[in-house]
Amino acid sequence: MVDQPAARIPASSPARTRATGRLRLPVAALAALTPAWLIILLVYLGTTIWTVQLSLTNSRMLPSSEFVGLAQYERLFGTARWTISIQNLLTFGVVYVVGALVVGFLLAVAVDRHVRFESMWRTVFLYPYALSFIVTGLMWQWLMNPEIGIQATMRAAGWTWFTFDWTTKSSMAIYAVALAGIWQSAGLVMVLMLAGLRGIDADLWRATRIEGIPLWRTYISIVLPQLGPSIATAFMLLTMGAVRTFDLVVALTNGGPGQSTEVPAKFIMDSLFARQDLGLATAGATVMLATVMAVTIPILYARDIWARRRAGTI
Amino acid sequence: MRLLLPGLTALLLVSTAQAQDLTAEVAHSWTSGGEAAAVKVIVDAFTARGGKWVDWSVAGFESANAAYISRLLAGDPPTAKTAVAGPEVTELIAQGLMNDVDAAFHAAVPAGVVPQVVLNAITVDGKVYMAPTGMHAGNWMFYSKPVFEKAGIAEAPKTWDEFFAAMDKIKAAGLTPIAWGGQSWQEGIVFHGVVLSTIGDAAFTKLYTDKDLSVIDTPEFTKAVETFGKLRDYVDPGAPGRNWNDATAMVIKDEAGVQLLSDFIKGEFSTAGEVAGTDYGCALVPGSDSLITLADAFSFPKTGNADEDAAQALLAEVVLDPKVQAEFSVIKGSVPIRTDIDTSGFDVCAQEAIGLVKADKIVLDAAMTLSPAINGGFKDAVGAYFADPSMSVESFIEQYKAAFANG
Repeated sequence: MVDQPAARIPASSPARTRATGRLRLPVAALAALTPAWLIILLVYLGTTIWTVQLSLTNSRMLPSSEFVGLAQYERLFGTARWTISIQNLLTFGVVYVVGALVVGFLLAVAVDRHVRFESMWRTVFLYPYALSFIVTGLMWQWLMNPEIGIQATMRAAGWTWFTFDWTTKSSMAIYAVALAGIWQSAGLVMVLMLAGLRGIDADLWRATRIEGIPLWRTYISIVLPQLGPSIATAFMLLTMGAVRTFDLVVALTNGGPGQSTEVPAKFIMDSLFARQDLGLATAGATVMLATVMAVTIPILYARDIWARRRAGTI
Repeated sequence: MRLLLPGLTALLLVSTAQAQDLTAEVAHSWTSGGEAAAVKVIVDAFTARGGKWVDWSVAGFESANAAYISRLLAGDPPTAKTAVAGPEVTELIAQGLMNDVDAAFHAAVPAGVVPQVVLNAITVDGKVYMAPTGMHAGNWMFYSKPVFEKAGIAEAPKTWDEFFAAMDKIKAAGLTPIAWGGQSWQEGIVFHGVVLSTIGDAAFTKLYTDKDLSVIDTPEFTKAVETFGKLRDYVDPGAPGRNWNDATAMVIKDEAGVQLLSDFIKGEFSTAGEVAGTDYGCALVPGSDSLITLADAFSFPKTGNADEDAAQALLAEVVLDPKVQAEFSVIKGSVPIRTDIDTSGFDVCAQEAIGLVKADKIVLDAAMTLSPAINGGFKDAVGAYFADPSMSVESFIEQYKAAFANG
């Protein structure tokens, strides 16, 4: 569509044909895209390169240009809090991503059974996603506070044995963060899965009914494999969200008790602002960027292959 | 107050006679109720002497610092910025980015009225670069008088043994002994209070000012770590993550016995209508007779503009004025850095602190002597240790020591 006018210009103007030669550049389209490209190159790529470059210097409060090799990375991985943060992120990431996928899928299946008030349920389940992580974090902080939250309510109602104090227990706090995260993100997964489910051929459903295949078996063995692209998209969004997790932790536990819910993004923010340790912060940011790329590039590649296989080009 | 008016008027005439544009854009993060009221004291005095105050306040120290550093690097700094009088300013001085206010300082402050340790902290290469507004002390213990009465505790405990005995009594009375704010920065403040009470002034200064790590290997330091660990037995299950003001509320509502923290929490008591010495008491952390002080100061970036230089000198002069020092600190809950001021308006806690400053019984807080990165490392170690009773004293000490490597 954008090619057309650009392609017509050289034909209608002989002078231009000579000037641009055989390249036939889509000038108008390029001109329109230039600002976007400049922003990507300067703002995104430029700052990324600057971050990586800073991580190789001895910058503290102010950026410095004194090159120190990988010393900041050595310091980073020698810092107990960073290694704990990475372990926490792994635990959180696995529980959060798997949890949100499972809950989201189940919600999608439930809504897909043509229940009454379907659109209402869809809105209700998607609603948490409209909240900011700060609100989610604060809300769950109150709910899980043993002295004012769910535990206190249940005990006041007579169930004195009831205990729900994850946020104050070092061993459980990270699961509390994951729980709040799942509550927030399951709705998004549901919508993505629901879109995938609606794309499944109605004949397939008829066939399974005629064959007398149990419903659960149909979902697990027939429907789920067809949801590949939806799952991959959800997986990628959730994983990227997990790696970036910062506000949820800040609002819910602020990294505590102790360091049991510290995550790399919070470490980076603290180093950058509160601790005025630019070199260490940028080293951490570079490690996180590499991690995100290691996860997303294979998924994007796989999706590309899927798409091309469907289109029949492979 | 009346006596000072002619002086003020004279100064006003002097400054207006200069016919300069004394506009100062001032960066600070004193935005909460009491803080803002304290800043107003400085603003009014500055305006009265011919200055024009342009407020550039950003709530939260971290965001304020980030915005400030960006402007400094862009070559467009504000005229003045409040900061902890320590490495966050001295690093900028070393980079040649700051103006000194040596002349204004010595004109406003007679020799010998500012404690030597504070003077050292604001002086680089023989020149004074900062104008301190006041000091906060971190090693206080605030206690609820009704709770102490109910538990049968006659007076504030003076030693750790007395302290733990008193806490046991409060526990027996069915109340929470310590109102604990379970965030690592608060725990870091309490830990340094315990350290000072156990290792003494000289060793404290040796460790946190001279970076002599051998102090950490002494049995006294180990004792401090153990005493600090013992505090875990006297906090309630809701402590992890609790905000400092929520902890203060527990003491105000007489649900908990004591809160160990900095004197800035007094504002919370006054807001609730409590009076120091009547409704709540204050004492230093058991076993200590010195203050751990943290001075706030105005610092002055180089702006390359002569008018702004003059505004900086005027601001320094205003901040250091004895009347401003006293009024500011009464409202902010801090202790003036000058020892020659009228102390009648201060509460009993501040009176005690002022007495200690006069007697030179003060040591510098680690935030004034060590980089934010090192202090951050301390907080990480202390927070991890307090939250995990199974963490050994040795592994805590190892992690705490490692913080010094952050430079």
